[in-house]
Amino acid sequence: MFKAEINVTLRKSILDPKGKAAREALHQLGYNGINDVRIGKYIELFIEAPSKEEAESIARVSCEKLLANEVMEDFTISITKSN
Amino acid sequence: MATFGVIVFPGSNCDHDAYHALKHIMGVDTRFIFHKETDLGHVDGIVVPGGFSYGDYLRSGAIARFSPVMQAVSDFAAKGGPVIGICNGFQILLESGLLPGAMLHNEQLRFTCKHVWLKTEAFDTPFTSAIPKDTLLHIPVAHGEGNYYADEDTLKQLEDQNRIVFRYVDADGNASREANPNGAIGNIAGICNEKRNVVGMMPHPERAMETLLGSADGKFVFDSVMQSI
Repeated sequence: MFKAEINVTLRKSILDPKGKAAREALHQLGYNGINDVRIGKYIELFIEAPSKEEAESIARVSCEKLLANEVMEDFTISITKSN
Repeated sequence: MATFGVIVFPGSNCDHDAYHALKHIMGVDTRFIFHKETDLGHVDGIVVPGGFSYGDYLRSGAIARFSPVMQAVSDFAAKGGPVIGICNGFQILLESGLLPGAMLHNEQLRFTCKHVWLKTEAFDTPFTSAIPKDTLLHIPVAHGEGNYYADEDTLKQLEDQNRIVFRYVDADGNASREANPNGAIGNIAGICNEKRNVVGMMPHPERAMETLLGSADGKFVFDSVMQSI
């Protein structure tokens, strides 16, 4: 069994309204050194596959088809062995 | 007699409004089509209604696009059948790839529910052909994710092919920043596909069908499609 840890983030060129609201709240708390906040999604998949490569390929297709919308989002995948 | 289908997903909540608009106000034969259906049966037009299909989990419209009925809707659209996606229905059409672009959260992060003014820019779609050319439509929006986004190339293509169907404007017809309820790029409220038979719009024409309830401007949209089929 493999664990895929996926981060889906809004493309850098796209304004992130949630991140902006969180940044403003953090500034109100006095953390003025925080220049920017970007909010994304963290997804875990537990995949039964014969190899790490195959698990990664399943995770990639899942992102492309459903988990991320590549019009506005990017994703990264990290695969580890899991029991 | 013409027959309309209104798609029903778990979480749709404007399906009955669309049904009422078509069946009782337009007087058209109308039936609900459940998301599990693989065949639309005989229909002359399809409404993909608003709401929160599948709870808007993941992204609005992301799960609905894989429901069995959406394949049938895609086939119907490919044959030139008129399809309108309203609000969440628009989001579903974007996720399905029937229309280009994506929806971001409203710029101001609030769910926005109010009447807006719309300028029609494309009159050659089945849903806009009967809209009087010099008339702005006054119809409501109700959404949290209506901030339309498309990359520069897509946007240019939409502009060049005159596929931006509706823009948010002020009462004088100016597409100003103040008139934009959600931050949508270019004040875009609605677009169509290349063949022009698939239209998506964030505002709700089905909620503006009776002057008693504030506005009947939405009727122009349904009058158009009645005349087109």
